[in-house]
Amino acid sequence: MGKTVLTGKHFWYGDIAIAEGAIAAGCQFFGAYPITPASEIAEHISRRFPQIGGIFVQFEDELAAMAAILGASWAGVKSMTATSGPGLSLMMENFGLGVMMEVPTVVVDIQRGGPSTGLPTLTAQGDVMQARWGSHGHYEIIALAPDSPQEAFDLTIRCFNLAEKYRVPVILLASETVGHSAGKVVVPPEDEIELIDRKRPTVPPEEYLPYKPDDDLIPPMASAGEGYAICTTGLTHDEKGYPDVSPEAQEKLLRRLSDKIRKHLEEIVDVEEENMEDAEIAVVSYGQVSRPAKRAVKMAREEGIKTGSIKLITIWPFAENVIRKWAKQVDVFIVPELNYGQIYLQVKREAAGDSETVLLPRMGGRLITPQEIYHEIKRVSGK
Amino acid sequence: MTAKIVEEEPQELHPMDWWLRSERMPHIWCAGCGIGPTLYAWARALDRVGIRKDKVVYVSGIGCSGRGSGYLDVDGFHTTHGRAIPFAIGIKLVRPDLCVNVISGDGDLFSIGGNHFIHACRRNVDLLVICTNNFIYGMTGGQLAATTPLGDYSTTTPYGNIESPFNTPHLAAASGAVYVARWTSIHVRLLERSIAEALRMKGFRYIEVLSPCPVNYGRRNKLREVDDIAKWFLQSSVIQDGADTSEVQIEKGKPLILGNFVKREKKLPYYEELKNLEERVRRAREPKK
Repeated sequence: MGKTVLTGKHFWYGDIAIAEGAIAAGCQFFGAYPITPASEIAEHISRRFPQIGGIFVQFEDELAAMAAILGASWAGVKSMTATSGPGLSLMMENFGLGVMMEVPTVVVDIQRGGPSTGLPTLTAQGDVMQARWGSHGHYEIIALAPDSPQEAFDLTIRCFNLAEKYRVPVILLASETVGHSAGKVVVPPEDEIELIDRKRPTVPPEEYLPYKPDDDLIPPMASAGEGYAICTTGLTHDEKGYPDVSPEAQEKLLRRLSDKIRKHLEEIVDVEEENMEDAEIAVVSYGQVSRPAKRAVKMAREEGIKTGSIKLITIWPFAENVIRKWAKQVDVFIVPELNYGQIYLQVKREAAGDSETVLLPRMGGRLITPQEIYHEIKRVSGK
Repeated sequence: MTAKIVEEEPQELHPMDWWLRSERMPHIWCAGCGIGPTLYAWARALDRVGIRKDKVVYVSGIGCSGRGSGYLDVDGFHTTHGRAIPFAIGIKLVRPDLCVNVISGDGDLFSIGGNHFIHACRRNVDLLVICTNNFIYGMTGGQLAATTPLGDYSTTTPYGNIESPFNTPHLAAASGAVYVARWTSIHVRLLERSIAEALRMKGFRYIEVLSPCPVNYGRRNKLREVDDIAKWFLQSSVIQDGADTSEVQIEKGKPLILGNFVKREKKLPYYEELKNLEERVRRAREPKK
């Protein structure tokens, strides 16, 4: 067997860091369909998995890949797929099944310009709302956005932990400029990587109800072939997993699926705040735009403009409490993003009544430069 | 309050009852439907081969047959429309020791899921796929299927079907399935024997089960009574084991060819190929002596 966790310092593309992050998290099943700019993840895993006993399958399409990672997770292992926008569109069907069946799994989206085939080789952040609402129906999910190869590695592990803990498909919402830029990645020793595994049933099979939650609203999960006679469906169901297509069952199930995330916001939501203590202007950014954003904040500080940075690591659920808190202090939030205001509208909604929100959009293709953000800070500050 | 003791007549159990989640009965299927007999034959075949209940996985898609996975007392996964096969592949590759079955309808397996079907055949994934082919979209009320015979009526072919239906055994055989058979849900014993034979094999195995849908197919096609389709099956069927699958297209007014058409040794099932690959990689990476 090959070495599973490649402890040490590496110079990796973001895509490779994600593949290695998955391996370090204990992922044993990877199914995918080739797509730019995510194919390097599948290529790397196709080489690494046979060395470490993982199962890699290149499927006939993204529909199959997403369905297979759900099946693999039900069989008891950690699973993942990786794609870009057009593939994510296809995966949304079974992503919803994953939400409904409460299947821990990880979906990586290396965003490129859209809609449709769009800009296959160039960056964007256009899938923010697709990650949130891409499948039909009302539900809660978790999505994290890395800004560098190192963070891509770290957050991939965290995606697995969150998926296992909350029994929900988790999206790593990266972008072409993260997937295709190389940087230093430090892989810690294996025993220093904290891993979470799904809760397992503690009752004998005859007493096991696959959708009876514990107090934390998350039901323990049995695997196929263990004698629990799991019954599960994409239909609205009761605690036994039996279809129950009544308004009462719908209310009860969807309330819990929503609450199991909403009631754990404090644990799930993660942001990185810099220079916020006395900030009058805050730049709210995520993914690789956070890097020019932080640089711009530094430039503004050198000019004496009281500016701070809020980097969203968790995109979904949205950091609403964080924005509401800082809205009491800052005058203006500036939101630079590679779309026409998907997170901007979220920030604006939370800040309403307390502070102004300004959008600095780019439709993708290239990053926003520190200078562009800096000029926006200057313009807003009136200096 | 005093409890009232109700003396109940001891009820005789169905011989296959122990395979069922009895508390879920009655099922949703109509009188005359072929899904029940198909599941009966399948459960009997599992008994005959001696496969333990806790090793059986039943994956279904969407449609009338999709509900079956929730009626049997095994690990049951009722998935999305057309995706039962890739979902099952995920389970099978992680747990090759389990007996993974996909039992679904013609719409699920050959329209929306057609691509997954041919690729699973090509990869020779170790699955038993049973298609209950009723020539129609039953659950949604009787629309055209990819298996509806030429000229037949459905709610979306009010003037008759102009599309050629799939010959599903030929599709399976041409795509690489190692076992291909066609029976009807009326031929329960022969079907059971065929399923048992398939259960004893490895690789991708496919059995088409022609299945009456009096309500949504028969009603519009002069086969209105509950047993009309059953009579058609019995009167028109000709058993030809080993028949050339290119010759078994279903056409109204012509013999219905049934039988165990294909049984062949092929390359290893997908999982074993994966393990061999792993072994090759491991050997190549061993330090040279």
